[in-house]
Amino acid sequence: MNPTRRGIVIAGIGLAVTLRLQAADGTTGDLATAIKTHTGGAPLREGRVRFEIDALVENGNAVPLVINVESPMTAADHVKTIAVFNERNPQREVINVALGPRAGRARIGTRVRLATSQRLVAIAQMSDGSFWSGGVDVIVTLAGCVES
Amino acid sequence: MAQTLINVKRNAKPGELLEITTLIAHPMETGFRADSEGKMLARDIVRRFSCSYDGETVFSAELFPAIAANPYIAFSTVATASGTLVFKWEGDHGFSQTENVAISVA
Repeated sequence: MNPTRRGIVIAGIGLAVTLRLQAADGTTGDLATAIKTHTGGAPLREGRVRFEIDALVENGNAVPLVINVESPMTAADHVKTIAVFNERNPQREVINVALGPRAGRARIGTRVRLATSQRLVAIAQMSDGSFWSGGVDVIVTLAGCVES
Repeated sequence: MAQTLINVKRNAKPGELLEITTLIAHPMETGFRADSEGKMLARDIVRRFSCSYDGETVFSAELFPAIAANPYIAFSTVATASGTLVFKWEGDHGFSQTENVAISVA
């Protein structure tokens, strides 16, 4: 049977969805390698980590970024570390923080440089040793880092 | 000495969550940029930041070139007893700076 117009449109949508899923997964190339090095290959679960960042950034030189991790922050159950990675800056690491029950709340803020539109991933390690991840896609219109 | 800005409530109640924001004047030269002659500029960043509360480290961070110039770091700690918060920044080329903030908890 010859491909119909409808068939081509549906195939196109299917392809777009597939590409989108690959992008949303976000663990490709050296970003995945950097995350694997950080976790030591331990299983990574999605969730509990939430980004607060503008989806559209005008100036990549100083982008306000907040990371929130769901945790009671008690001595028995707290966040030990939060590490942030990027996909397309010259270096994958952004910041690694260590905190504990005395923080009272697992929420950190900073300002980052973003070289271009890319995906950011944060990995939180809990006191029980489990790793949780969260990610966000950011569009940058004026790049940071690489200007002279 | 680099200029710093530390914002934290000086008088707190026991168990109160203290929101702390810190800022330090520092170029955070990435090491990935070239000057006008095309020569790479040497990396010059703050590599480590820590905050201790009465001698116990309550927060620390390892910074990378992706942190914007004049690093801003916001975090929190629970007020337990009157004491001193010691903030320390360490970086390339022997950069080191310490600031103390006394808080009273009652």
